Amino acid sequence: MRRTLQSIPLLLAISVILYGILYNMPGGPLAPYLQNPHITPADIARLKHNLGMDQPVPIQYLKWLGHVLIGDFGYSTSNSEPVFQALIERFPATLELMGASLTIAILVGIATGIASAVYRYSVLDYAVTTLAFFGQAMPVFWFALMMQLAFAVHGIPLPFGYLIQLPSAGLSSSDTFDLGDRLVHLILPAAVLSILGIATFSRFMRSSLLEVLGTDYMRTAAAKGLSFKVILFKHGFKNALIPVVTVIALSLPGLIAGAIFTETIFAWPGMGRLFINALNQSDLALLMGYLLMVAFLVVFSNLLADVVYAWLDPRVKYD
Amino acid sequence: MAAPTLPLPGNTVIEEDLHLSKVTFWSRLRRHKLAIAGLIVLSLMVLGAVFAQQLSPFDPNAIDNVHWQGTPLPPCFQAASQCGGHQLGTDEVGRDLLSRLFFGARISLAVGLFAVLMEILIGSTLGAIAGYYGGWIDYTLMRLTDVFLSIPILPLLLVLTAIVAASSTKAALSFGVIVIIIGALSWMPVARLVRAAFLSLREREFAEAARAVGNNDGRIIFRHLLPNAVAPIVVQGTLDVANVIILESGLSFLGLGIQPPTASWGNMLANAQSNLSIAWWAAVFPGLCILLTALAINYIGDGLRDALDPNMV
Repeated sequence: MRRTLQSIPLLLAISVILYGILYNMPGGPLAPYLQNPHITPADIARLKHNLGMDQPVPIQYLKWLGHVLIGDFGYSTSNSEPVFQALIERFPATLELMGASLTIAILVGIATGIASAVYRYSVLDYAVTTLAFFGQAMPVFWFALMMQLAFAVHGIPLPFGYLIQLPSAGLSSSDTFDLGDRLVHLILPAAVLSILGIATFSRFMRSSLLEVLGTDYMRTAAAKGLSFKVILFKHGFKNALIPVVTVIALSLPGLIAGAIFTETIFAWPGMGRLFINALNQSDLALLMGYLLMVAFLVVFSNLLADVVYAWLDPRVKYD
Repeated sequence: MAAPTLPLPGNTVIEEDLHLSKVTFWSRLRRHKLAIAGLIVLSLMVLGAVFAQQLSPFDPNAIDNVHWQGTPLPPCFQAASQCGGHQLGTDEVGRDLLSRLFFGARISLAVGLFAVLMEILIGSTLGAIAGYYGGWIDYTLMRLTDVFLSIPILPLLLVLTAIVAASSTKAALSFGVIVIIIGALSWMPVARLVRAAFLSLREREFAEAARAVGNNDGRIIFRHLLPNAVAPIVVQGTLDVANVIILESGLSFLGLGIQPPTASWGNMLANAQSNLSIAWWAAVFPGLCILLTALAINYIGDGLRDALDPNMV
């Protein structure tokens, strides 16, 4: 509970910094008008007055914050709809992509990590650790291009392409829902986005499990005559998972960054693509909304990690 | 944090005491082999960058008007009769790919190096102040670190570069601006490491001795304590060079990093997607350079971690 309350000032501080950066840089919200020869300085002054931009910055910030707290993130100039609505519309697509990737990453990463630790210094272990190094050094967008090259441009006949042709149509359009088709479209982007997670989780799971396997209580369990399977999964696995949970929670910023590239390259109509569009059209309100939402997700996931951590490891107490 | 350790390979941590001698020997040898392989690959990249002028067969920004007909020329090993002397082919506007790779190495490696130097400067200063003084200064600086860690860097980086680009021209996204923005947003892990080191270092006897003979705080921090925190900084910094190179290539890929015609490995990939079906080479080679460099640096960092500070995770 106290941890939850602590995250409120954190979010406030984030909003102050983001607001400070975005609204006080050269070319603020009125930048599109400044280059328009038909708009006179008097018009600018009037716009500034109407938007409250002639007031002191702290006042502007508080007003803006008041709107944000009731879910009003402003109006998106590039999408001609409220920012909150624009983000919420794209959220399911992003959730689908990130959810699938994270699930793949956790399952594959932990499984390979365990296998790698159990069969340490085997060919399998070397293969897994080498691939994990590759995964961590791989630029997401290039991997996406290579997957397209391999699976879409050349040979290996997998249907590739656009989830829907027009990103503005959104996922909830009247297009008939076909689960098989959706899954087929999901394969490449999800595989691309999960690669970094697989590599990271695998390496952490391996070293964490190795550490646990070397402890005294594991030796005690072995001395009691328990089978290796029981030792590994009943005693080892749960304890080794504790640090991995933190790493999974901390992987969210990387996942979000990866989703920006993946959605752009695979024309996936999610929040990341919306963000890039807003970027190209200097849509400050939408950018701000996206950054806040993403920061909120990160803070929330860290909080979740703390809770799960305390649940997995009763020695940890937050007061 | 560990006592100051000598950079001896013999300090490698023993992960587990089972099958000790044989197993750790092979593990050590393997790790160092990979770190050395990484060092060789990175050295080649650096040499390519330094001698880009001498090594490049063509002018990296010149269009081959003689051979180029509107479509990218293939590499010579694929179609010797059509390549027009371009060993790795050309990009979509007929510029020699190999020459651009050499010059791109300059930009990509330099961004990695200077952004990390900047991050170390900011991070170790803030971390040292927080760890040395403690109390409310520590609290404030560490909460600031938490705040910056909670904002995903890439989106913020993109917004900042877009603002710079919008405020004047895209050309304003020069090398220096990119370095400053990346460095200013990635100092947090270094700050945490240095703070952690300082919390224990300031209690040590030599720190007390330095205080007793009347050194001022600045001198104690930078002359006496900071040199003892170098190992974690070097390891983190090395690994971050790889991260920054990947980050810069991502920015440039999206058109918000190093601006053309200057080649960077990232912006060479910017148009690769639309030409993917006709020019695989334009997409494959720059990315391969990024991957190999990042991989090499990660292996070096891993080896350094073992050698410098066995107690780091």
